[in-house]
Amino acid sequence: MSYTSSEIRTLSRLGQRGAVFGNAMAAIAERKDNLKLLTADLALLSGMTRYAAAYPDKFLNVGIAEQNMIGIASGLAMEGYCVFATTYASFIAVRSLEQVRQHLSYLQCNVKLVGSSAGVVAARSGVSHWATEDLAFIRALPNMTVLSAADSLEAVKMANYAADTDGPVYIRLSGGLNCPIVYKEDYDFEPGKLIKLRDGKDAAIIATGLMVSESLKAAELLAQSGIDCAVYNMHTIKPVDKDGLKEIFSAYKLIATVEEHNITGGMGSAVAEYKAGFANAPRQIFIGFSDRFERAGSQRYVWEQAGLTAEQISERIKGEPR
Amino acid sequence: MIDTSKENADRLTKMSKQIRLDAMDMALASGNNGSHLGGSLSCVEIMAVLYGEVLNFDVNDPLCETRDRFIPSKNHCVLSHIPALSIAGFIPREEITEFQKDGGRLTGYPMRKEIGLEYSGGSLGMALSVGIGIALALREKKNPARVYVLMGDGELNEGSVWEGIMSAAHYKLDNLTVIIDRNRLSYDGSTEDVMQLESLYDKFLSFNWHTVCCNGHSTQALLEAFSSRIEGKPQVLIAETVKGKGVSFAENLPEWHHHRITKEQYEQACAEIKGGAAN
Repeated sequence: MSYTSSEIRTLSRLGQRGAVFGNAMAAIAERKDNLKLLTADLALLSGMTRYAAAYPDKFLNVGIAEQNMIGIASGLAMEGYCVFATTYASFIAVRSLEQVRQHLSYLQCNVKLVGSSAGVVAARSGVSHWATEDLAFIRALPNMTVLSAADSLEAVKMANYAADTDGPVYIRLSGGLNCPIVYKEDYDFEPGKLIKLRDGKDAAIIATGLMVSESLKAAELLAQSGIDCAVYNMHTIKPVDKDGLKEIFSAYKLIATVEEHNITGGMGSAVAEYKAGFANAPRQIFIGFSDRFERAGSQRYVWEQAGLTAEQISERIKGEPR
Repeated sequence: MIDTSKENADRLTKMSKQIRLDAMDMALASGNNGSHLGGSLSCVEIMAVLYGEVLNFDVNDPLCETRDRFIPSKNHCVLSHIPALSIAGFIPREEITEFQKDGGRLTGYPMRKEIGLEYSGGSLGMALSVGIGIALALREKKNPARVYVLMGDGELNEGSVWEGIMSAAHYKLDNLTVIIDRNRLSYDGSTEDVMQLESLYDKFLSFNWHTVCCNGHSTQALLEAFSSRIEGKPQVLIAETVKGKGVSFAENLPEWHHHRITKEQYEQACAEIKGGAAN
């Protein structure tokens, strides 16, 4: 399935969640007889109304009961269904984490978790609705594939990939309506492979989720100061792209990992864990939430406290020896 | 059709005796590790009635689509579950005492459908939801198989259980049966002292389940309870049981939830079981 520029703009307007549930899932339902989509009372918010009406047999709303949702999803998967289960990332990756560990990670049920509003999209709702540790929790579980979408098009591609792959997957969706576009044109999504979005010789930024577009802006700002910074989209947090990372480690003295996530256990940690085995590997700066809960407000306000805006990312890199 | 005749009940009572003796062999084999004797002995008759009569399965075709799915939520019932599987023909008799062997295929509550281990339970409060997912799938596929979920009573403290209870009734899952092994003891003592469950009957009834209470050590009562079904409602059997049933020194004592057994205790227990004290 390919997308025109105008379709890509439409997906962006819907946001990552809307693009997946208001758009992509219907096409997946068309081609997959054994599909089930489960939600925990987030059908309206996720734009599933049309899907639910068109595919009532492929839809189940379990109410506000995330643990029950993952259990039911697993039971359905044991009987041969390909099951998508979704709610806020803050709930699906935390409230039902033990169910995820037992049934998806250990028993390898064919369930796709889609965590929406990851990071601090739900900025004013406060910490209860933020997902800033979800990557750490899910990444620690064996057998899981962990994906994090940079824009709406990538989110759609991840949903399609997950539907066509046997085994448990976590898809981290972020970004509200009018999600910034990283991919203006269609591209081939290759799971597990870092995507270089911008060349540069002085330093490399490895970013994920909404921080990809923010990092691209940061690289623009750095270029104005004469610093030539590469930008990579690390859309697959697990398994990490060992070959891709190895190339980066040998090409740069400085890398920055940027994520809308706690710096403990997230994408930056995944990079550092692999980097630890290399002699003469580059120095790494971790940009993310610094192991504390910021004060609530607008998303930009929360980002500013943590140093996650393009301006702050570029300033941070500027100040580092390269 | 479940055969509720007295002859069948008597046959299953004999099977229960064999399960108890096998359970003692397993308990002895566990040595100083100890084992979950109490909660296994309380559900012996439930296992006998399930594997001896109620469950539809074929040991020569263990993955058969139309097999009934037995989901042990209180998976620490291994000392009665594995003997029942052995009597049914899934597991060789000589293997049952290897249930704690390092890396063994019976160790650690594994999911091994090929030998009748349909699900890896153990962490309480999670299996009912899986059973509901399976029941939904079977109904949609017009598969006549049923789902049986065995739960402990202490497990009902878990909030996730009530999410499941609410949803099974909402989805009108009449192909689902939950059996509560109501032995009234959890690890720390009386379920009513630790966290009150009564009136359990009223709770299930108010959640719109077909609720049946029965003597969980009477194979006759269990057969009749399993036969009682109502269209459009999930079925729950609240089986009143005794923890440690059939072994006088273990009955109704919370410390036998998990305990080691001496050779002398083993001899005494076997003598009591053979003497017919159980039931």
